[in-house]
Amino acid sequence: MSVPTGSVPRSDGWEKVTGRARYAVDMALPNMAHAAVVRSERAHARITGIDRAEAQAAPGVIAVVTADDLGYLGRRFGHIVCDHPILAVDKVRYYGEPVAVVVAETPQQAADAAELVWVDYDDLPALTGAAGALASDALIHEQSYPPPGEAFLGVAPAASTDNVAHHDELAWGDAGAALAAAATVVETTASFPLVYGYAMETYNAVADWQHGSLHVISTAQHPLMVRKELARIFSLPLAAVRVEVPYIGGGYGSKSYTKLEPLASVVSWAAGRPIKVTTDIEGAMNTTRADGAVVTVRTGFDAGARICARDIEIRFDTGAYADNSPLVLTKSINRSFGPYRVPNLRVRGTAVYTNTSPASSYRGFGAPQGALAGELNMDMAAERLGIDPVELRRRNLLAPGDTIIDGKRPLDADLVADLDAIVAALERPAPSGAHAPADVAGRVRAADSASAPATDGGHDAGSGPLRGWGVAVSASDAGASPISTAQVRMHADGSVTLLVSSTEMGQGSRTALAQIAARELGVPMEAVAVGQSDTRFTPFEWTTGASRTTTVVGLAVQAACTDLWNNLRAKAAESAGVSLDRTEVHDGRVYVDGEALTPAEVIRQWFGADAGEVVGVGVIRRDGATEMLPPFWEIGAVGVEVSVDTATGEVTVEHLVTVGDVGHAVNPDLVKGQDLGAATQGLGIALWEEMVYDGEQLTNPNLIEYRVPRLRDTPRRITSVLAERGDGAGPYGVKGAGEGALNPVPAAVAAAVGRAVGVWPTEVPLTPPRVWSLLQEAANEV
Amino acid sequence: MTGSPAATSTVVRVRVNGRAIEMLVPVRLTVAELLRDRLGLTGTKVSCEMQVCGVCTVLVDGNPVSSCATLACDLHGSEVLTVEGLARGRDLHPVQEAFMAANALQCGFCTPGLIMMAVALLEDHPGAEPDEIREWMDGNLCRCTGYAPIETAVTVAAARMAATTAPPEGDQ
Repeated sequence: MSVPTGSVPRSDGWEKVTGRARYAVDMALPNMAHAAVVRSERAHARITGIDRAEAQAAPGVIAVVTADDLGYLGRRFGHIVCDHPILAVDKVRYYGEPVAVVVAETPQQAADAAELVWVDYDDLPALTGAAGALASDALIHEQSYPPPGEAFLGVAPAASTDNVAHHDELAWGDAGAALAAAATVVETTASFPLVYGYAMETYNAVADWQHGSLHVISTAQHPLMVRKELARIFSLPLAAVRVEVPYIGGGYGSKSYTKLEPLASVVSWAAGRPIKVTTDIEGAMNTTRADGAVVTVRTGFDAGARICARDIEIRFDTGAYADNSPLVLTKSINRSFGPYRVPNLRVRGTAVYTNTSPASSYRGFGAPQGALAGELNMDMAAERLGIDPVELRRRNLLAPGDTIIDGKRPLDADLVADLDAIVAALERPAPSGAHAPADVAGRVRAADSASAPATDGGHDAGSGPLRGWGVAVSASDAGASPISTAQVRMHADGSVTLLVSSTEMGQGSRTALAQIAARELGVPMEAVAVGQSDTRFTPFEWTTGASRTTTVVGLAVQAACTDLWNNLRAKAAESAGVSLDRTEVHDGRVYVDGEALTPAEVIRQWFGADAGEVVGVGVIRRDGATEMLPPFWEIGAVGVEVSVDTATGEVTVEHLVTVGDVGHAVNPDLVKGQDLGAATQGLGIALWEEMVYDGEQLTNPNLIEYRVPRLRDTPRRITSVLAERGDGAGPYGVKGAGEGALNPVPAAVAAAVGRAVGVWPTEVPLTPPRVWSLLQEAANEV
Repeated sequence: MTGSPAATSTVVRVRVNGRAIEMLVPVRLTVAELLRDRLGLTGTKVSCEMQVCGVCTVLVDGNPVSSCATLACDLHGSEVLTVEGLARGRDLHPVQEAFMAANALQCGFCTPGLIMMAVALLEDHPGAEPDEIREWMDGNLCRCTGYAPIETAVTVAAARMAATTAPPEGDQ
């Protein structure tokens, strides 16, 4: 029996290269009508009237729906703070907010008629920046909101509504006193931009309300979370709400929690038809973005360059609605001080409401915001202390088993070894005292790919490019809640249907989970079918996020396989009329008194026909391997080498090094794909991506002016290292991957550019104009 | 008088993946809408809607075209090839094979457009050089992979197509 471990091909490859893979946007229901959203043309205003007569009379129009038409339905959603109107109620809080929906027979008719809905506004002060919103007397939310139910993960909404969506703190020791006594104190402030996840499939949903039930097909990463909110809005039992999620065209956290689904659903209810709603890029940018941040880090060091205290202040620009930002803020706080020994700590975080697109989860989940200032601060400190920045980190990094946050899982990673692997790959001399990576890194797989030769060139004679390098590390309390269920149904021929509610958004979860099931059951990959998430049929899953699937769902799949073997054993014993202790399981067979039976034989024997199936169920909760939170610490460990064109300020990434500290790679190629994809999004934030508000509205709501990495932006050399030390709580020692390689990238690039130019940056993205300004600043300092 | 079909619609005759189509379409209908909404060919995707992302790339008379920004009525008399028309029965095109083998996809949403662009390049320049590949493929965005596996896939497909199209006594 060949065990399907290692880099087996993706199970969705054939569907995806032939165009047969189905996404939510490809779905249609019989008699489906199309919706176009009328969006606010004010950042902050009272709605004084909506005139829909002209739109109502336009060709093909079935209905024009506003918040006034929603009868007994809930008006708002929000899983932490129930502050988000499905359609604007009385006022609008950002430019682009949904105000009304036109339903028509075709998308074109709906879009045309949407132009004919006239909304009257009374302007209110537009607070499009976090500092201004905190200073203003004008309130974006005048009221507080009753909690949507039990507090979500214990994150209590802010008590007051003085434009603060959430506030949280983490502290131990006495940071103030320790800083006052420190030999050296280094302070860094860095700004992290408003970024858009840009999943290529924009948000869309098909909704079909019928009497007593609701069926939604959407781009949701977390179908069970969406089901919960829809059930509340419609006062329906959970079982009556069906959320189906086919392949997702990219998620990266931007499709987590509830987005367009309530809007599509209430409009289906109001119009009496199945409805499809899609968004264009501007609509998508006005649905969710990531929290922008200004972070200030003060670190005190003793005479031996050991950290004695860190004092950190995080201010998020959270936009008009809280969405998941309170949780992102709390995680950002936990992740902001780095995996270092910090005897005295104080972190304070505030998520600020502003009149901009609402922010929520995005790959990294608060970690990149904190790491930018925190890791840049380590580089600035190294310079001040006259120590190599790698050595400064080595001296302060936590060791495996050390406590990061009291009461949480101890560090399940070897960061010094990861750092040494980066330094080795960057081909920099290791600082004295470093071990050779091979001594400490355990089994390390490295692949080095030099990409195509330089194509830009063309520097001014006499002012060649400047070079700089940077390393950065981070540790994230990842994995989210360890709540997962999996079902394996073994058929009469021994093949298996695996039912999970994990959503496949490209990360390869269907492939990796099938590999785990195949390995546990001793069957080939082809004998395991994994379908899409569908809350009517697939079992409960917390979320698909926080890099949790292979670890947490993997454990559920493993447990389901164990349960299946137990059931097969019991059936074999029953068929043979013997007691259970005369049966055993090994090597993919059930033995009854030493006689081997295949699982298929057990099933057919028990049913007395070539028919039937046996089911195994696996349940994971806070217990056993996942009792301690987080389920794992997700490590980010990267290095970059950059060159800076002194004439243009353009930055080229010469070498990118990622270390995937994943415990065990179920499918190494897929893990490396996650690392390179995540790091590339990190490079986007570091060099190009930024949503720009000028006045009330977003000035770059399109992919010409919001620039994401392109093929020719890829680093000239890429080294992807996997560190497999079997130190995770998941199956075979697995820990999560997917976000880690993004988290430290903006910080590493900022450090590398700072070293090249001679001035430490204070903001990203490091666009050519910004780098050019740094170059001028450096020239003026000489 | 508004809404008159005569004023706003026109008949278009076109071959799509070899199949002859004759259809009355609104003049405003894009090629992507014709393919996805009228012909059920949902393999072609749409994302940026302004010719930046390359997701909607199809071949019109062998040339790569952004189907989101081309009108269906302008196709009159053309041959259109979409991702659904690439495979010969159950045999995949070498570019499709190479994308699978190189793990050059994750979410897969950009994949049809990338594959069509690579086919346009390699049908035109079998054995394309690395710089040519980088130039041609630069107009197709991918948010998941970080591009390196895509470059590998197209390079592998180029080598394979050059080997099968080169004359036996050729220099390679």
